[in-house]
Amino acid sequence: MNAVASVGRATLNFFAAAGRLTLFAGMGAMHCVRPPFHFRLIGRQMIEVGYYSLPVVGLTALFTGMVLALQSYSGFARFNAESAVAVIVVLSITRELAPVLAGLMVAGRIGAAMAAEIGTMRVTEQIDALTALSTDPFKYLVAPRLIAGTLTLPVCVLAADLIGVFGGYLVAVNKLGFNTSAYLKSTVQYLEVLDVVSGLVKAAVFGFLIALMGCYHGYHSRGGAQGVGTATTNAVVSASVLILAFNYLITEAFFAR
Amino acid sequence: MTGDRMAAAAAVPAIRIRSLCKAFGRNRVLDGLDLDIGRGESLAVIGGSGTGKSVLVKNVIGLMRPDSGSIEIDGVETVGLTGRARDEILAKFGVLFQGAALFDSMTVWENVAFGPVHNLGMPRREARDAALAKLAQVGLGRVQADRYPAELSGGMQKRVALARAIATRPQILFFDEPTTGLDPIMGDVINDLIVECVRGLGATALTITHDMASARKIADRIAMIHGGRIIWAGPAGDVEESGNEAVDQFIHGRTEGPIRTAVHVS
Ligand SMILES: Nc1ncnc2c1ncn2[C@@H]1O[C@H](COP(=O)(O)OP(=O)(O)O)[C@@H](O)[C@H]1O
Ligand SMILES: [Mg+2]
Repeated sequence: MNAVASVGRATLNFFAAAGRLTLFAGMGAMHCVRPPFHFRLIGRQMIEVGYYSLPVVGLTALFTGMVLALQSYSGFARFNAESAVAVIVVLSITRELAPVLAGLMVAGRIGAAMAAEIGTMRVTEQIDALTALSTDPFKYLVAPRLIAGTLTLPVCVLAADLIGVFGGYLVAVNKLGFNTSAYLKSTVQYLEVLDVVSGLVKAAVFGFLIALMGCYHGYHSRGGAQGVGTATTNAVVSASVLILAFNYLITEAFFAR
Repeated sequence: MTGDRMAAAAAVPAIRIRSLCKAFGRNRVLDGLDLDIGRGESLAVIGGSGTGKSVLVKNVIGLMRPDSGSIEIDGVETVGLTGRARDEILAKFGVLFQGAALFDSMTVWENVAFGPVHNLGMPRREARDAALAKLAQVGLGRVQADRYPAELSGGMQKRVALARAIATRPQILFFDEPTTGLDPIMGDVINDLIVECVRGLGATALTITHDMASARKIADRIAMIHGGRIIWAGPAGDVEESGNEAVDQFIHGRTEGPIRTAVHVS
């Protein structure tokens, strides 16, 4: 009996939370497209999300490209190796690894930072003060972050695509002794626009999700410093899980026939 | 305007609260609260910690939605107002929050200039000068104006928050525990500043406090909240002779009396 009750309660809580989140996302998205826009705030967030994430995203992509070349060579591509390694590197990077790994890294950095900042503003009544100064916190805090996340992560991922492929090239040419021009030719030959575009669409969705989770958990945090800590953790964990789930859904939408 | 109509307008209270109820789960914080605050009047609501003083203010400002009841500002019902109508009401308000609630990502002058820039559309340069003037009014100079709130003492933060609250020349001011957490001397400085600002603007003021010295100094009238209602209200000078046991107990800080009993029962 008790078990049934607790399952029921958990289910109710889940749907209540899903409803709250959907409402929050809808409100946020509405303020993203409806003027006025706070360009100064959007700009600041874009620098925060994009520029300061580039080093970590770049390093992640570089090592991932390098390890991909090594693994695909030693694992299953000793025959006809030049073209196989190049194709595996470029497709894995653009379709999957650049968006997912950049998304996870940025979730750790930016999702946490957003949740901590907005959460602190919540528990120190700064959000109430904003409202009392007739400023909608959705317009002023949430929308700029959602816009910045959605627009900036694709740029990061495009950079990660280039750096990742470059990492693979470095290993292939310097360590595996491949021919430079043959490797580059295979890289370009089998790459389609859709591979890159699907990765960038993923990046835009992930960027939105990261900012959404940061804002949502920050906005609803309560109970002082501990509450802000919980909000930060929840923002990162939920953003990461959502990234992996949506990665599957978007891949299916693009490539399942 | 004819004399009659002016008299009628003056009779409409700045804030009129009727049967206000607000509960959090089973915790009935406000339970049918009635309160009037006249135009230009300065009223202090006193009461123990956790009796719902901040909740009362948040309902009036619109940061919380009442479960039931009515809140009229200058004769306009505000419960359930949204959008532009809500903004019009908010434009009349200036709020000093319990913990100052300064924006910590902005400098002190940017905090004070926030309302003028965002709501009155004042250009930044002009807003900076106006902010510096407001800061001077609460005894802060240019040195503090370019600092961040975290670099200031608690008393200074309260003064900045006061400057921010009055920056748009609001008609109705709310002060939530303006002296809590300050030493008695700094508390008195804040009290003096509040009296000065309220008089200077000719504003209506609602001050929430559990500091009797502060209430006596700031308010024309005092109301005591207990059990989710106003149990006594009267001129500030009469609070000693209220004839209400709970008020007597509160202002003399006694442990014996109706308040303690009530705490134990609930
Ligand atoms: N957002 C909230 N959610 C749940 N309970 C709340 C909330 N805000 C206030 N309360 C409860 O309402 C009561 C009154 O709080 P408050 O108005 O802050 O007291 P005070 O008179 O000290 O200002 C407290 O019991 C508090 O726990
Ligand atoms: Mg309070």
